[in-house]
Amino acid sequence: MTSRPTPGVRSNAARLGLMAVPVAFFALFFAYPVAAIVGRGLHTDGTWQLGRIGDVLAQSDIRHVLWFTTWQALVSTALTLLVGLPGAYVFARLDFPGRQLLRAVASVPFVLPTVVVGTAFLALVGRGGLLDELWGVRLDTTVWAILLAHVFFNYSVFVRTVGGLWAQLDPRQEEAARMLGASPWRAWRQVTLPALGPAVAAGALMVFLFTFTSFGIVQILGGPAFSTLEVEIYRQTSEIFDLSTAAVLTLIQFVAVGAVLAVHAWTVRRRESTLRLVDAAVTARRPRGAVQWTLLAAVVATVVVLLLLPLAVLVQRSLDAPGFRYYRALTEDDGGTFLVPPIDAIGNSLQYAVAASVIALVVGGLAAAALTRRDAGRLVRGFDALLMLPLGVSAVTVGFGFLIALDEPPLDLRSSWILVPLAQALVGVPFVVRIMLPVLRATDHRLREAAAVLGASPWRVWREVDLPMVRRALLIAAGFAFAVSLGEFGATVFIARPDNPTLPVAVARLLGRPGDLNYGQAMALSTILMVVCAVALLVLESLRPGERTEEF
Amino acid sequence: MSNIRKRVAAAAVGLGMVGTLAACGSSDGGDEGSGGSRTVTLVSHDSWAVSKSVLAAFEKSSGYKVRVLMDGDAGQAVNKAVLTKDNPQGDVFFGVDNTLLSRALDNGLFQPYRAKGLDQVGTEFRLDPDKNRVTPVDYGDICVNYDKAYFSEHKLTPPASFDDLTKPAYKNLLVTENAGTSSPGLGFLLGTAAKYGDDGWQDYWKKLKDNGVKVVDGWEQAYNEEFSGSSGGKKAGGERPLVVSYASSPPAEVIYADPKPDTAPTGVAEGTCFRQTEFAGLLSNARNAEGGKALIDFLISKEFQEDMPLNMYVYPVTEGAKVPAEFSEYGPAAKDPETMDPAKIADNRDQWVKSWTSLVLK
Repeated sequence: MTSRPTPGVRSNAARLGLMAVPVAFFALFFAYPVAAIVGRGLHTDGTWQLGRIGDVLAQSDIRHVLWFTTWQALVSTALTLLVGLPGAYVFARLDFPGRQLLRAVASVPFVLPTVVVGTAFLALVGRGGLLDELWGVRLDTTVWAILLAHVFFNYSVFVRTVGGLWAQLDPRQEEAARMLGASPWRAWRQVTLPALGPAVAAGALMVFLFTFTSFGIVQILGGPAFSTLEVEIYRQTSEIFDLSTAAVLTLIQFVAVGAVLAVHAWTVRRRESTLRLVDAAVTARRPRGAVQWTLLAAVVATVVVLLLLPLAVLVQRSLDAPGFRYYRALTEDDGGTFLVPPIDAIGNSLQYAVAASVIALVVGGLAAAALTRRDAGRLVRGFDALLMLPLGVSAVTVGFGFLIALDEPPLDLRSSWILVPLAQALVGVPFVVRIMLPVLRATDHRLREAAAVLGASPWRVWREVDLPMVRRALLIAAGFAFAVSLGEFGATVFIARPDNPTLPVAVARLLGRPGDLNYGQAMALSTILMVVCAVALLVLESLRPGERTEEF
Repeated sequence: MSNIRKRVAAAAVGLGMVGTLAACGSSDGGDEGSGGSRTVTLVSHDSWAVSKSVLAAFEKSSGYKVRVLMDGDAGQAVNKAVLTKDNPQGDVFFGVDNTLLSRALDNGLFQPYRAKGLDQVGTEFRLDPDKNRVTPVDYGDICVNYDKAYFSEHKLTPPASFDDLTKPAYKNLLVTENAGTSSPGLGFLLGTAAKYGDDGWQDYWKKLKDNGVKVVDGWEQAYNEEFSGSSGGKKAGGERPLVVSYASSPPAEVIYADPKPDTAPTGVAEGTCFRQTEFAGLLSNARNAEGGKALIDFLISKEFQEDMPLNMYVYPVTEGAKVPAEFSEYGPAAKDPETMDPAKIADNRDQWVKSWTSLVLK
């Protein structure tokens, strides 16, 4: 399209057209509900109670929440960095049998619902958990359980973001430094680390963002003494019913997340600076020497102990009754907890997640298409960061916002099933954009032009040039959207109809009921959910379109 | 060029899709509205339970189909109902208790309706006697439960009063719930406020804290994990022989046990109880007000009231409704529980919870 007359005008018009759908989607299903709930809290008796912001900030317990939120996010990020850097190196640079499998396994936690992760860690470090049985060690209701679970969750985010780039860095640069007499440490520090810097910063910022807004993990593992901003928003809205305090906290989180995202966008741009990149397939070598073997062993041990053990304990607990009793109980209609057999939640969840994936693909795909061009203006770039906001804005706020904003014609969706997929799609869109964008940007428009010159019809150009390149990315994006939709909890818990629970909602409700059987069923449902997510992810891994720098 | 067209087409498809989705969503809602006259929707909390046969009998005699929406724990369900009151999710709300009643009434959640059969309900339960915006349905007592085995093994008399709980003999034995997040936790706090007064309760809690009270987020965790006397707590290795729970918890330990024990493994500290009454009300803007009224009548009918104890572990409010034998034997309602005027609760609740939080948790 750049070869046409007045290309700027045309492409701008096209881009505006493309952006119309995502903009409308975010305005209707994100900005409007969030504004409505914040307004309900701060706009009373016809005036804006902006003085509440100062009042809330003056409270010592709120300041404590702010401090703890930041502190635990920083420590979680530092720990993830510490554990993740060797992992990134090993997966990027060492070639060993089972590398693909281990990499795939290490990625599973990120797509797991927080409810499942919380349950798994309870089974590991909670009362009567594995560590308790073995050594009498309990970590639940301590900050360590929270930190461990955060590292568990974000390990793959970091390893993928950094490892993706690391694998593409030309190893000959470091080798050249060695030839010139630098020690291995010095060569790494002065050659590789500066090149990795922006990727490390981007990865760390994503981890910081995810842990700063942590909800399910802190809620399940933290106990009453620990509260992050997100948990406090939930408590203030849902339990204490102090909507104005909740609104102020929502705004604070909004500003903080916005700042983190702005810094992240800046590091992403820096990362697009010229680095000497090579095909990732040629940079990995068999491990040599004690250091590399030690690193490999350490990373394998980390994956096994930190990532696999909690999940294994979860599966074991779900089988801890004769004859798959917990699984069989899922199919029985107890008439109490759900009005339907809990197993129905699987069907509901899959349907919702498919619908959410379709919405996320359409909205995210169009947004990515609009953002494709590198010369995109500042406005469009701003939109890029804006698309990430749903990841950082309180899901609780969004859920309640849906309830009070989307309840009047022409948008009376409250009793409609579509409400749940819409909320889930909000968290799916950022992933779709992140995955599609690099692929779309990499597609050489000269290929299309060449095909057109050789006489291909527009349809044929799209089918034979664009589609093959984008297809795999589309599938991967669909898979990620599917997995995060399946696991979405914070917003869904407020808007899922009680007779149509999703898997995470059903797990949480089972955990909240007394008795062995309910606990066992929660473990069993969590296991099923974990398997569904893991299978989705492993299928995606086999579709990976080569190695490329990934944001997640 | 082709690219532009493709993208514009995709945009159109996308817009169309969202439009269709929105349309099919709203038509969904519309169907429910218009077809609602034979369906009555009850909104409640997660603890709602009724025997199928009893509900079916009501459906048959009244001609209404009952749809139940269980919406989180008691506090969440009330808050959500208040937030959505202009366009409610159902016709009747059941499960607001005396500790949260003012929040529902002040926000105009309910419309007045005097239920048929209200004369049979004890006047002490009727907390909105002039307007009848709410109808009492059940009551229960929040009390400290004790693990009988622990106290006989240690040759210790179980505590009997609030005062006892601060004595050195009971150091590090009690587990309770977060008053900010848990309904029994809040009830226990209100019980101490009723007992020691507006100024005295903080001193009491300071002593309780010094005596090693443990606070967890919810009843489930306190009773089924930390408490050593419940079947769940035994299995989980619970170490605290005193827990804030309900007067009806001991019968539950008998009824759910297999094989059934000769007597309840837990008991109730009589002098630590706070009375909790649960209400139902006809929601303002209910779509099916007639059906809602019939449903409220049903909730205080003898059939429902007698079915209720074993389903929700509460006591009936309708005179003449029988309670199961296990209830009268192991878990009678408290004789002289602490109570508090709902207006007083309304005025102080939020402030008390706040001071309690900084006093006990921080």
